[in-house]
Amino acid sequence: MQTITAPRVTYLNLEHSVASWLLTKDHKRIGLMYLVVVAFAFFLGGLFATLIRFELVTPAGDLVTSDTYNKLFTMHGVAMVFFVLIPAVPAVLGNFVLPLMLGAKDVAFPKINLLSWYVFVCGFLFTLWAMVTGGVDTGWTFYTPYSSRASSTNVMMTGIGVFITGFSSILTGLNFMVTIHRMRAPGLTWFRLPLFVWSLYATSLVQVLATPVIAITVLALAIERGLGFGIFDPTLGGDPVLFQHLFWFYSHPAVYIMILPPMGAISEVLACFSRKNIFGYSFVAFSSLAIAVFGFLVWAHHLFVSGISVYSALIFSFLSYAVAIPSAVKVFNWTATLYKGAIWLKAPMIWALSFIALFLVGGLTGLVTAALGVDVHIHDTYFVVAHFHFIMVGGAIMGFFAGLHFWWPKMTGRMYSDIWARVAAIIVLAGFNLTFGPQFLLGYLGMPRRYHMYPEEFQVLNVLSSAGASILAVGYLLVAIYLIASLYRGKAAGDNPWHATGLEWTTQSPPIPHNFDVQPVVTEGAYEYSKREITVV
Amino acid sequence: MSDAAAAHADPHEHPPSHGGGAGAHHPAQQHHFDSLAQQHEAATLGMWLFLVTEVMFFGGLLMAYLLYRVWYPEAWSEGSLDLDIVLGGTNTAVLIASSLTMAFAVRSAQVGKHRATIVWLILTMAFGLTFLVIKFFEYKHKFELHHVPGYDFVYPGPHGRQVEIFFSLYFSLTGLHAVHMIIGVALLSVMTWMAYRRRFSPEWYTPIEMSGLYWHFVDIVWIFLFPLLYLVDRAQHFG
Repeated sequence: MQTITAPRVTYLNLEHSVASWLLTKDHKRIGLMYLVVVAFAFFLGGLFATLIRFELVTPAGDLVTSDTYNKLFTMHGVAMVFFVLIPAVPAVLGNFVLPLMLGAKDVAFPKINLLSWYVFVCGFLFTLWAMVTGGVDTGWTFYTPYSSRASSTNVMMTGIGVFITGFSSILTGLNFMVTIHRMRAPGLTWFRLPLFVWSLYATSLVQVLATPVIAITVLALAIERGLGFGIFDPTLGGDPVLFQHLFWFYSHPAVYIMILPPMGAISEVLACFSRKNIFGYSFVAFSSLAIAVFGFLVWAHHLFVSGISVYSALIFSFLSYAVAIPSAVKVFNWTATLYKGAIWLKAPMIWALSFIALFLVGGLTGLVTAALGVDVHIHDTYFVVAHFHFIMVGGAIMGFFAGLHFWWPKMTGRMYSDIWARVAAIIVLAGFNLTFGPQFLLGYLGMPRRYHMYPEEFQVLNVLSSAGASILAVGYLLVAIYLIASLYRGKAAGDNPWHATGLEWTTQSPPIPHNFDVQPVVTEGAYEYSKREITVV
Repeated sequence: MSDAAAAHADPHEHPPSHGGGAGAHHPAQQHHFDSLAQQHEAATLGMWLFLVTEVMFFGGLLMAYLLYRVWYPEAWSEGSLDLDIVLGGTNTAVLIASSLTMAFAVRSAQVGKHRATIVWLILTMAFGLTFLVIKFFEYKHKFELHHVPGYDFVYPGPHGRQVEIFFSLYFSLTGLHAVHMIIGVALLSVMTWMAYRRRFSPEWYTPIEMSGLYWHFVDIVWIFLFPLLYLVDRAQHFG
C-alpha cells in the first residue's frame, strides 16, 4: 500500500468544477447528487404535510378550500412516495456504499447509473412543473375514472413525471443486481455479504419486476386521458378496478422497495453498535428475499371494498398475514442481536432502535388492516393513514436516518455533533408518536381520510396530531442543521469511527476516487465483531 | 493540486492496475472491470434483466387484454376479424426473416467478418423498416375505416363499445411494439457504424450481441401479438 501524503485525494476534492459533478460516473458522487434532490423533495413533501396539518387544527375548512386540500394531500403523497421514500435508501446510501461493501471500483454500469440520476431529475422536474402550474388532485393513487375523465387538474403532467421516474428506479435496480452478481471482491461469497447488500438485492428484484407495471399502467392512463382510448373506461365496458389491480401490483411491492433497504441498514447499525455478530444471519438474509417474493402476492388487500370476490379477498388476506412472518423474523433477530451485546448508544443506534419500535407498531397494525372484517370498518380512515405512516416515516425514514448517520462520516469525512443527533432522534421519535398515535384513534372512531372538514368531536385528537407534527418538523430541521454544520465545522471522522467491520470502513474517509488502493480480499463473514479489539470511548 | 492528486488525476481513464491485471487492457475494457470476460458477463446479465422488465411492461397491457377477452369474447372476435390478416401475416414473416439476418450479423461479428456483419445488419434494418412501412399503411387503413378509438370510432352492432376497447388495446400494444422497433432500428444503425469502424472482433462483440438480444425480444413480442390480435376466432370463420 502506498503512503498517502497530505492533503489526501478523495472523491470529493479530486475535481471541483460543476461539470465534474454533472458528468461524473463515480457512484459516490451520484449518491450525493441523489441526496440533494431527495432532500429537496422531502422538504417539499413536508411543506405540503405542514399545510395539511394546519388545516386540520380546526373542524371547519377555514385555511384552504376543499379543492386545494385535495391537491395538498395528493402532492404530499406524490413527492414523498416517488421522490423520497423509493430513492432515499437505495439511490443515496445504496449507491454510495454498495460498491464499497463489495470491494468494487464502481457499480457495473457507471454511465447507466448517471443516466438514472438524470432520468430521476427529469421526472422530478415534470412533476414539479405539474405542481406549480396548478397541481393535481386525484390522490397519489390516480384511481380511474376520476383520473381519466373527471379531474381537470394536471394529471397528465404528473403521470408523465411518475412514468419517467420509474425508469430511474428500474435502471438503479438492474444496475445493483448485476453489480452484486458480477462485481464482488475475491473471497466475498454470498453468505459473507453484509445484510445491507442482501436487502438491496431483494429491493432491486422488486424494482425490476414491479416498476415496469406501474409504468405501463400510468402510460395506459395517459393514453386514455390524452387520446381518448378506452382501457379502463366504464362507459365502454372497461373496468376501473383493473386500474387498481395494476396500480397496486406495483405500489404494494413499492412499500417493500421503501422498507427493505432501511431494514438492511438497520442490520448493519445494530450489529456494529451491539459489537456482536448479527443473530441468525441467513434467516435475516433470506427473510429479505421472502418479503420481496411474498410482497408480490398481497396487492389486492387494498381492494377489499372495491368489489373483488370473497374468495380472492380471503386468499389475499391470508397472504398478507403470511408476509408478516419474514418481517417478524427480522425483528426477532434484531432483538436477539441486542441480547447480551455491548450496546453503544451513539446516534445511529438511537435512530435504529427507534426504527424497530415504530416498525413493530406499523407492522402489527398492518395485520389489523389485513383482516377482512376489520378492514371494512377502517378502510380509507385515519387508521390506515397512521398505519402506513408508521411503516413509511417511522420505518423507512427512521431507517434512512440511521443509515445516513452511520455512513455520514464515510461519505463526508466529517463527524456531526453526536449529542445533537441523539437529541434530534428523541425529538423525532416523540413528535412522530404524537402525530400518528392519535390518528389510530381517529380512524377507529370513523374519521375518513382525505377530507378537510370533520365533526367537532374529533378536534382534540386532531390538535394533538398537528402539535406532534410541529415537533416532528423541529426534529427534522435539527437534523438538517447539524448535518450541514458538520460539513464546515465537523471534526475529521477518521477512516473507521465506529470500529465497524465491512470493506467500506477499510478505505479512507472520504474514500479515494476508485475506492481502494489495493483490491481487497475477503476471508471472513460480515460481522466478526467478536474478533475485534473494542476501543469504545 | 498536490503531487498525490496529480498521480490520481482522471482515474476513469488511467486506472492503477489492481490485483491480477493481465498486462495491457483491451481498448474496450472499462476501468472498473478486472477483465473483458467480466465486462461481457455483466452486460449479458444486465441485458437479460432489462428484457425481464420489458416482459413486465408489456405484461400490464396483456393483463388488460386477457380480462376483456374473457369478458367480451364476441367483441374480440369481431374486432379481430376486422384486422388485415394479409398485412399482419406478411409482417410476421418479415420479422422472422429479420431475426435470422440479425443472428447472422452477430455470428459474423463473433468470427470477425466485418463486411458480412455490415451487410447482415443493413438487411436486418431493411426488414425492420419494411415492417414499419407496412404497419403505417395498416394504421392508415384503420383511420379510413373509422376504427380509431377516441379520435374517430364508428362501429355498428351490439358489441360496438367493447370493440372500441379491443381497438384501444390493438393500437396501444402494436404502437408500443412499433416504438420498440424504431428504437431497435436506431440501435442497429449505431451497430452498423461501429462495425464500419471495426470495433468488433472475436475478443469483443458484446454490444452487437446485446443489440441482437433486444431485436429478437421485439420480434418475439410480435410473435405473441399476432395471434392474440389477428387470430382470435379466425379458424371458425375460415371453416
